[in-house]
Amino acid sequence: MKAYDYEIVIGLEVHVELKTKTKIFCGCSNRFGAEPNTNVCPICSGFPGALPVLNQQVVEYAIRAGLALNCEIASYTKFDSKNYFYPDLPNAYQVSQYDRPICSNGYMDIYVDGKPKRIGINRAHIEEDAGKLVHQGSITETAYSLVDLNRCGVPLLEIVSMPDMRQAAEARQYLEKLRSTMLFAGVSDCKMEEGSLRCDANVSVRPWGEQALGTRVEIKNLNSFRSLEKAIEYEARRQMEALDDGEVLVQETRTWDEEKQVTRSMRSKEEAQDYRYFPNPDLPPLVIPREWVESVARSMPELPQQAQLRLMEKYGLSAYDVSILTSSPEYLAFFDRCVAAFAQPKAVANWMMGELNKFLNQSNLQITECRFSPEHLAELLKMIDEGAVSGKMAKDIFAEMFASGKPAAQIVKEKGLAQISDQDTLIAMIEEVLKANPKVVEDYRGGKQKAAGFLVGQIMKATKGQANPTLVNQLIDKCLSAE
Amino acid sequence: MALTIKEVEHVALLARLSLSEDEKVKLSQQLGAILNYADTLNTIPTDNVEPLTHILSVHNVFRADEVQPSMPREEMLANAPLVEAGYYKVPKIM
Amino acid sequence: MELFELTVHALQQKLASRQVSSEEIVKSIFARINKVDDKVKAFITLTEEDALNKAREVDNAGQYKGIAGIPLGLKDLFCTPGVNTTCGSKMLADFVPTYASTAFRRLEEQQGILAGKLNMDEFAMGSSTENSSFFATCNPWDLTRVPGGSSGGSAAAVSADEVPFSLGTDTGGSIRQPASFCGVVGMKPTYGRVSRWGVIAFASSLDQVGVISKDVYDNALIMKIIAGHDHLDSTSAALDVPDYTACLDGDIKGLRVAYPQEYFGSGVDAAIKDAIKKALLKYEELGAIVEEVSLPHSEYALPAYYLVAPAEASANLARFDGVRYGYRDNEAENMEAMFSQTRCQGFGDEVKRRIMLGTYALSSGYYDAYYLKALKVRRLIADDFTRVFKDFDIIVAPTTPTTAFKLGKQSGDPLTLYMNDILTVPVNMAGLPGMSIPCGFDQGMPIGMQIIGKAFDEATIYKAAYAYEQSTNFHTMKPALGVE
Repeated sequence: MKAYDYEIVIGLEVHVELKTKTKIFCGCSNRFGAEPNTNVCPICSGFPGALPVLNQQVVEYAIRAGLALNCEIASYTKFDSKNYFYPDLPNAYQVSQYDRPICSNGYMDIYVDGKPKRIGINRAHIEEDAGKLVHQGSITETAYSLVDLNRCGVPLLEIVSMPDMRQAAEARQYLEKLRSTMLFAGVSDCKMEEGSLRCDANVSVRPWGEQALGTRVEIKNLNSFRSLEKAIEYEARRQMEALDDGEVLVQETRTWDEEKQVTRSMRSKEEAQDYRYFPNPDLPPLVIPREWVESVARSMPELPQQAQLRLMEKYGLSAYDVSILTSSPEYLAFFDRCVAAFAQPKAVANWMMGELNKFLNQSNLQITECRFSPEHLAELLKMIDEGAVSGKMAKDIFAEMFASGKPAAQIVKEKGLAQISDQDTLIAMIEEVLKANPKVVEDYRGGKQKAAGFLVGQIMKATKGQANPTLVNQLIDKCLSAE
Repeated sequence: MALTIKEVEHVALLARLSLSEDEKVKLSQQLGAILNYADTLNTIPTDNVEPLTHILSVHNVFRADEVQPSMPREEMLANAPLVEAGYYKVPKIM
Repeated sequence: MELFELTVHALQQKLASRQVSSEEIVKSIFARINKVDDKVKAFITLTEEDALNKAREVDNAGQYKGIAGIPLGLKDLFCTPGVNTTCGSKMLADFVPTYASTAFRRLEEQQGILAGKLNMDEFAMGSSTENSSFFATCNPWDLTRVPGGSSGGSAAAVSADEVPFSLGTDTGGSIRQPASFCGVVGMKPTYGRVSRWGVIAFASSLDQVGVISKDVYDNALIMKIIAGHDHLDSTSAALDVPDYTACLDGDIKGLRVAYPQEYFGSGVDAAIKDAIKKALLKYEELGAIVEEVSLPHSEYALPAYYLVAPAEASANLARFDGVRYGYRDNEAENMEAMFSQTRCQGFGDEVKRRIMLGTYALSSGYYDAYYLKALKVRRLIADDFTRVFKDFDIIVAPTTPTTAFKLGKQSGDPLTLYMNDILTVPVNMAGLPGMSIPCGFDQGMPIGMQIIGKAFDEATIYKAAYAYEQSTNFHTMKPALGVE
C-alpha cells in the first residue's frame, strides 16, 4: 500500500498554564523563572502534615476557558489523586480530575482550505503541575539529577481534543486557534517557549474506509508549532512505512528529536503505569451553580471565533488573513484601531501581516512593544492613498517609524521625503528634462518604449526619487502630446 | 487464599518497596488473609448505595488568589539528605 | 498531692491564686518523668530546657489565663517547629519541621508548655505502640502490658502523671483504645472539628485530633481551645465551638441513651460487658432513659476500614521517598533503587503491610471490588448511626473487647491485632465524635466505656460523661507504678 492509501488520525492533548497570581493549592506566587526552590512552601513541596486549599480563581478561569471552547460546564466536579513516583512530584500523586472533569463536550472551528471544520473537544480538566529535573548532559548519561520544585502546584488546564484532525496542518491550526482563544479569554499567557502552553500529539493511521482506529502513538517534546507539524508528518509516514513492511505497531510514547527531526521510542522496561486514581480526600468536591457559569459567560470578552467571523463578514477578509489578525487580543485591537482611523481593512491587513510582522519577528518583539501606534500606521496609509508618498518611500518611512516610533509626517518632513505630486512642479521639471534630451524624445515619439523609461528615470533622478512615478508617466505623455 | 508472589511483586513495584524474598512470602500470606476477611463485604448488597468519600457534606472550599510569602529556601532544604546549589540532589534516573 | 498528680483545672486554680509558679509545675513534671519514664517509656523527645524557659516567661509576665504555664505532651506526629517530629518511625527519625501544627499552635498561643513528644505506633498504624520504630511503651497499670495504640505514649504519659494532658490522633480508635487501656479520658471529636494542618497524615478521611486527660472537665477545656475552623485545612468545619465546660452541670434527666446489641457479642470479655451494663444502670439512676438498639452493619466496619484506611495511607505515605526530608538509602545506585530501598528500609513491617494492602485495593482491576465497595459499606455504617440518633442522644458501648494485653502477645498475626479496633472503627467510618472514660477494672486493669455522639454534638457527650464520672471515683484512681 502507498501513503495515499492511509488516512491519518490526529488528536491533541494541550496543557495550558492558568495565569492566576498564586499556585493552585497554596499562596506561593505563580511566576516563571525564579531561583530554584525559592517559590515553594510545605504544601507545594509535599511536606508531612501539609494540606491543600483550592484557589478560587483557578475554577473561574477553568469555567471561562471551557465556555470559550463551547464546553458543557459540570454542575458537580471533584479532584482525584493520580499516583506515581518521580522526584519532581513531591506528594507522589498529582491532584487531577479523573471521571468528573469540569468541562466536557466542546468544540473549536478551524478553516481547512477556506472551509470551516469542527474539531471536537472531549474534555478539559484542572490539574497541578510538577517540578523540574535538571541534569548534566542527557538523562541517560548524567550521574545525578537536581530537583527544583518551583513549578509544583502551578495550575494547569488539560484540554483533550477528539481525534478529529486528519492533517498535520489541521493540527497546527487547531493549536494556533486554541492558543489565541485562551489568550482572548484571558486565562493564560500561552507562551510555548516558557512552557505555559504544552502540546502532545496522538497519531495513528488506518487504511482509507476503515472505521476502527489504528494503533495510537503519543508524541511528546513538541516545543513549537513547526515541531508539531514536522513530528506529525514524520510519525504518520513512519507508521505507514512500518505497516507496509508488515510490522505490528506498538502503542507507545515517543519523543520528538528536534535535532534529528525524528520520533524516538521512550518505552521503558517497566509495565504500563497503573495510576490508581481515587477521589482526593483532602479536597471537598465542587458544586458549580448556573449563576456562576452565566456570570462568567456574560463577562466573556470577544473570542477569536467571533472576531474572525466579524472580520470576514464585515470586511471580506479571507479565513487565512483573519486567523493571523486574531492571533492575540492585542494584535486584533491594533488592527481594529487602525481600521477605525483608516477605513481600508485590506490595506491595513496587508501592511500588518507583511511589513509589520516582518519587523516584529526580526526584532523578536510583541505587538504590544511596537513603538508606533495603530493611528500612526493609519496616518502612513492615508499618505500613500493620497499620493503624498510613493509606495517605495512608504516602506522606508515604515522602517524608520518602527525603529524610532516617530509618526510618518514627522519623518517625511525631517528627511524631506514628501513625494512630489504637485503637477505644476512636475511639469516644470519634465519640460527641463525633455529639453535636455531631444534625441530621446525623438526616439520616444518614434515608439521606442525604452525611451520612456529613460525619461522617467531622469526625472526620478532629478527629484531624488520623490516624484510620484504614476503621475510622471501621465504628465510626460501630456507634455509630449502637447507639443 | 494467598496472593501469588508475582502479584506481591507487582504491588510492591507500584508502591516502590524493594521487599526481600522472605517479606514477599510473608506478605503473600498475610495480605491474602486480610483480603479474605475483607471479602465478607461482598455479602452485602450495595447496588444503589452512593460511596461515602467525604464525611462533611461541604463543597466549594476556596481561598482568594492572593500571594503569601513562600518559605525561605534554607528552611525548605534544611531536612534534605543531599542538596547542591539550591537543588535537592538525587541519583541518576537509570 | 504532688503538683504532677493534679488535673489541669486544679493547676489553673493554683496558678491563678499564686500558690505555685509555672516553673514549679514544670519542674515537678520533669522530676516525675525522670523517675518513671525509664519504666513507662512514653517519651521519644523531651524539651526540658525550653519548657523551663517558657515557664519562667509566663511567671515573669504574671498572667495566668487559660492554660498559661501548664505543661503538655504531644503525640509525635504533631509538627513542632524546631523539635524533632518522628511519627514513631525510622523514616523521620531526624525530621525537624519549621512549621507548626494548628492544634499545637493554639495551645502555644495560650502559653501551654510543651514537655515533649510522645511515642506512638509508626505512622499511627497499630493498637499497641509496639510498632514504634524506637521502643515499646508500657502500660502504667502493669508494665508488662501494652498501653494500647497508636497514641500509646499520649495515654501512658497522662496515666502515669507525666503530663496533665496530651494530644493524640484517632483514625480507627487510636485515642479511645489507649485511653481505655490506661484508665484515662480520651476524646475523638467529630471529623472536621479540629484542624489536621501539621498533623502527619495516615488516612485523610478518618484522622482526627483529640485530647487525652485525667478527667472530663480537663478534656472539655482543652478541646475548646484546639477546636474550630482552620483556613489551612479544607476539611475543617466552619462551625462555632461551644464552651464545652459550660454544659458540665451533671443534669442528664431525660437523656436518651442507646446501647447497640452488636457491641456486646461473644468477642467482648464478660467483665467488660458487665462493667458497661453497670454503667448503664448508673445512667438510669441518674435519670437517663436507656434502651437497646441495633446497628446492623457493625460487623462490616472493620473489614471496610482495613480497605479504606490503607488505601488512603498508601497515597499519604508515598511522599516518603528520600528526596526532600527523612531517611534516604545513600548507597542506592539510581533513583528507582533509592525510592524502593529507602522506603523498604525506612518503614517497619506493619506500615509496609498496610501500604501494600492499600495499593492493592486501589489497583487496576481491584478498585471496584475493594476500595469502592468499602466506601459504599461506609455509607451504610454511617446511615445506621443516623437512624439511631433520630431517637437517641448518645450511644454507650465498650471501647475495647479486652483489657490491655501482654507486650509481645499479639505481634504475630496482624488480623488479631486489627480486631482490637472492632468497637472503635465504626465511629471513624461515620465521622462521629466518640469518647472513652474509665468505668471499672478487670483484674487490676482499667476498663473503658465508649460514649458516641451525634455529629458536632461533643457537648452532649461531655455532659453525659461528666455526670457518670462524678458519680464514681474511677478518675481519681492512679496506677502504683512500683514507685512511692
